[in-house]
Amino acid sequence: MFKKLTSTEGGRGLLLISPPFFYALALMAFPLGAIILFSFWTQNFMDVDTTFTLNNYREIITQPIYGALLQRSLYVSAVVTVVTVLLAFPIAYFVSFHVRPDRKSLWLFLITIPFWTSYLIRVFLWKVILGYNGVINTGLLNIGLIDEPLTFILYNVNAVIITLAHAFAPFAILPIFVALEKIDRSLLEASRDLGENKVMTFFRVTLPLAMPGVVAAVLIVFIPTIGDYVTPELMGGAGGKLIANMIQTQFLALNNAPLGAALAVVAMLSVTAISLMFVLLNRRWLRGRS
Amino acid sequence: MSLRVYAIAYLIFLYAPIVLLPIFAFNDATIIAFPLSGFTTNWFGELMTNTSLHAAVRNSLFIAVMTAILSTLLGICAARAGAMYRFPIKAGIMGFIMLPLVLPEIIVAVSLLVVVVQIFDLGLSNWTIIAAHVLICTPFCIAILNGAFQNLDPSMEEAAMDLGESRFSAFRLVTLPLVMPGIISSMLIAFTISLDEFIIAFFLSGVSPTMPVYIWGLMRFPASLPVVMALGTILVALSIILLTIAELLRRRGMARAGVKDKGGFL
Repeated sequence: MFKKLTSTEGGRGLLLISPPFFYALALMAFPLGAIILFSFWTQNFMDVDTTFTLNNYREIITQPIYGALLQRSLYVSAVVTVVTVLLAFPIAYFVSFHVRPDRKSLWLFLITIPFWTSYLIRVFLWKVILGYNGVINTGLLNIGLIDEPLTFILYNVNAVIITLAHAFAPFAILPIFVALEKIDRSLLEASRDLGENKVMTFFRVTLPLAMPGVVAAVLIVFIPTIGDYVTPELMGGAGGKLIANMIQTQFLALNNAPLGAALAVVAMLSVTAISLMFVLLNRRWLRGRS
Repeated sequence: MSLRVYAIAYLIFLYAPIVLLPIFAFNDATIIAFPLSGFTTNWFGELMTNTSLHAAVRNSLFIAVMTAILSTLLGICAARAGAMYRFPIKAGIMGFIMLPLVLPEIIVAVSLLVVVVQIFDLGLSNWTIIAAHVLICTPFCIAILNGAFQNLDPSMEEAAMDLGESRFSAFRLVTLPLVMPGIISSMLIAFTISLDEFIIAFFLSGVSPTMPVYIWGLMRFPASLPVVMALGTILVALSIILLTIAELLRRRGMARAGVKDKGGFL
């Protein structure tokens, strides 16, 4: 059997890919299946009742707090995604089109470094920047632009959005940059030769060709943002808590893991559905990639 | 020109929080706010004497080293298979392995928690965190190692085999030295991700917290925040050093394989 596998190219490839494949199967696919199953069970303190029931889902639908949290989470994720991608595109464009080729990796390196430094501490420092006597308020007070500290920038949804847009910046820049790098520069010259001006060339040639990167950036920001509970916990105050905080509370504080599991499943399904819809809407840009 | 101004403004936005870190780490006040009061190195001194922090750092280092080794090994398998072989449903399998990259971390955390505690009834330990960290780090390792493996000329290994080496020793003697910079760079990235990871570690840590979990605990006590700043300063310096090494090795690997540099880690 082993001999037979190693004698062909396809067999050797499958043999080599099997350790990472089975690892992902055992530690991702199997646990995801388990959590779906778990969401149909119930828990009383420490005892798990394994009779099949839809009670958890019924509770999520009937209790307005869960729907509200989910809605707010999706709204925050969507705004963070739009802000992050819009801010990131010009940077990716600048590095790809206006930076000398030998300086490109230096720029990418500079962009990725903040991303690799302690996430918890970065979130906390945003609190220092946006806080009541934080950097922005002291600065504005000293210049005399405001008379008393601004309060709408901390402990609410805005603060959560700013912090998350900062945290996910490199995730948005890199895929767009890769897509821009792939664009054949002679296509742009051709467009100019045929009489289009710079702006029209950007909208009719560059942007459509960069769309696969933009779509990738949107997905890679939107999907993980739903799972973050650190930023809403530290920055969101009472009105800025998100669905991930509720999942965490159900699992760790309230000992109601099945309800937490059901919330996780609902959150995951909503994110997946929205992502699929987004990909479908953009499919005409994604076709014909070589 | 205006794009360059925007780019510099954006870099300032990216670096704004990190620049504050050393400022408050050396600031002689327990409140993290302006105006600054005076210079002190006390907070670094306190780091040296805090034994529960030392235990947390040791835990995190163990987890990060094991994660780096294991995820790079899995990454080597996947990157080599992806670059060198054609096999059935290759795109599907590769996509499946890369999926943890977009999976929300809380989903990874709660699903593994359910499996470990409720289904297998096992205790949580450093190994449960390692298992989860390997899952989320492997796609990053594959992305880095792909660069190293795709630039290799397969005929070099074939030549070694024609000259009498076995398949494995051809890999060890020819390919491995060529992809070594990629391997080290992949290990450094996995190490950095694991060392900093909080969301999963918070759910899956047993009785002994990891460093981020310990920092999270400190954040509830305002008096201990300057110490967190001092710790953060050291961590930032450390990750910049590690990442610079990783980047230099990646470039050297590119040069060794004789290809032009196309840019960053991912």
